[in-house]
Amino acid sequence: MSEDAAAEHVVELRAVTRAYGSPPTVALNGVDLRIAAGEMLAIVGPSGSGKSTLLNIIGSLDRASAGDTRIAGHEVNRMSDAELSALRAHAIGFVFQQFHLSDGVTALDNVATGLLYTGMPARERRRKAEVALRRVGLGDRLRHHPRQLSGGERQRVAIARAVVGEPSLLLADEPTGSLDTKAGAGVVEILAELNRSGTTVVVITHDQELAERMPRQVRLRDGEIVADERGVAA
Amino acid sequence: MSRPRASRPGAAPARSRLRPGDLLALGFHGLRARPLRAVLSSLGIAIGIAAMIAVIGISTSSQALVKERLSELGTNLLTVTGGSDLLGQEVPLAEGAVAAIRRIPGVQHAGSTAALADVNVYRNSEIAPSRTGGLSVAAADLELLDATGTQMLTGAWLNEATAQYPTVVLGRAAAERLGIQSPGSLVWLGGAHFSVLGILDSSVLVPELDSMALIGEPVARQLFGHTGNPTTIYERSDDARVGAVRTLLPPTLSPEKPSAVKVSRPSDALAAKNTVDQAFTGLLVGVGSIALLVGGIGVANTMVISVLERRREIGLRRSLGATRRHIRQQFLLEAVLLAAAGGLAGTALGWLITAIAARANGWALAIPPEVLVAGVAVTAVVGAIAGLLPAVRAARTSPTAALSS
Repeated sequence: MSEDAAAEHVVELRAVTRAYGSPPTVALNGVDLRIAAGEMLAIVGPSGSGKSTLLNIIGSLDRASAGDTRIAGHEVNRMSDAELSALRAHAIGFVFQQFHLSDGVTALDNVATGLLYTGMPARERRRKAEVALRRVGLGDRLRHHPRQLSGGERQRVAIARAVVGEPSLLLADEPTGSLDTKAGAGVVEILAELNRSGTTVVVITHDQELAERMPRQVRLRDGEIVADERGVAA
Repeated sequence: MSRPRASRPGAAPARSRLRPGDLLALGFHGLRARPLRAVLSSLGIAIGIAAMIAVIGISTSSQALVKERLSELGTNLLTVTGGSDLLGQEVPLAEGAVAAIRRIPGVQHAGSTAALADVNVYRNSEIAPSRTGGLSVAAADLELLDATGTQMLTGAWLNEATAQYPTVVLGRAAAERLGIQSPGSLVWLGGAHFSVLGILDSSVLVPELDSMALIGEPVARQLFGHTGNPTTIYERSDDARVGAVRTLLPPTLSPEKPSAVKVSRPSDALAAKNTVDQAFTGLLVGVGSIALLVGGIGVANTMVISVLERRREIGLRRSLGATRRHIRQQFLLEAVLLAAAGGLAGTALGWLITAIAARANGWALAIPPEVLVAGVAVTAVVGAIAGLLPAVRAARTSPTAALSS
């Protein structure tokens, strides 16, 4: 593979192992994974399969014990805490199962928080937040507080917050886990829409049905990749 | 497949940045999220600082009054009394003592009183002799008024003429006890009628004059066998000469037995009383600082709990790009704001208590402004110290905390 091709990969893991404690418990064992820019995929596996650990490593929230990790062209293992934080602030967006929105703050300000650590002025953050909220179809809910929104709407606010900084990588941890089927479908549709406009989307889930709607599925079991299937759906 | 391992491919990522204004907003947001807790935990700080400000304020206000009064009265008054000899017998002052003192360089005024034993004063001749009312009669030097700096409440002081006749000037308390309100009344003094010339105002430096009835020296010699030996001499000198005069007084009055003369400075007694107040103030400030310490521990405790409760928020912020430093700053600022809010409230409360106390006692309100500023500054420092450990713990919280549900 040429260097140019390597640069186009948003995520590139080589023989990544993550072990905790002593005696070590191996959560990930020699995982190789490449995610090209613009891809959309599901990382799927039962609980305890290591998918949360994998998400932490891809999201640069955690470091591998061994192996190489490159995220958005940066070698994570060699970066300081401040550099990793900068990478998260500018290149990675997170969506959580629990949404993690601030209750006392409007949807607009919740989304604007996504740009807080980029040092952008507040007015600029709000302007971009409004654009992001319109993108997820919540243009009429700017001034609503999270309590006044349905579960599906809350998750869309959280997605807007994750993509407001236009990251090269969007990581979604069980994004439909707290939602009913209909709201979940809406959220998946928005993720697909974001993907069509160029964002790389990685969905982590234990839900087979959700995984099968993605163009690529990486199956994880006992800390190892057991299958990497493409082109079934979409 | 070759990859350059030495250099980091791609440009270094842009830095994480948090604007100072946004940091401040985060600090306030933390307090607003749990207002009751913020109020309760800053209450300890508020009480501590209020106690300290009130103590300092009340003490400086009362000291200001004492200082003002002292400067009004002057600190150049010395009183001379006869000491005691080796056998404990009281040694009277010599007859020419007042004149001798006036010859000491730097002396401005000297006046004396000579207590007249067995002479008492009554409202009229009908009063039983045992009911003296604690009043004493003394022969006074004409210069006594100038020397002690005492003012007349009403009437006139003795002069060369009136001192020859049975006339009397009463101390304020003496006049009250005898029921005399204006000059011209008669009192029964040593078995004769004496006409009241005037009433003295009370004096802080020479309170003993308050309960005296003062008559002229000539009439005292004539009626009561006064020998001219003064009991107490009051002397005023140039401020710069007070020390020198003080050392000269005993040898001047009693060259052979200087120790038989006692010299004291009444203003020292007032200053000493003030020093006692200061020691008490020190104690109260100590108590206040303990309250402040306890308040600081309260803030630290609140912050530790807050950090534990907000692990997910911390994780979320880390995933949004906050560095450890940003998290540390946020929690540290929150602790400082929490304590400073308590400090501000406490300073206002302390000021209010001082104002009320000053009003009740008729003092001018005198809190040094730097004490108020220091009050808030000290609490901010207490907050910073109290918030240090929780902030460091918050910064150490794993970035993965938001994900582990």
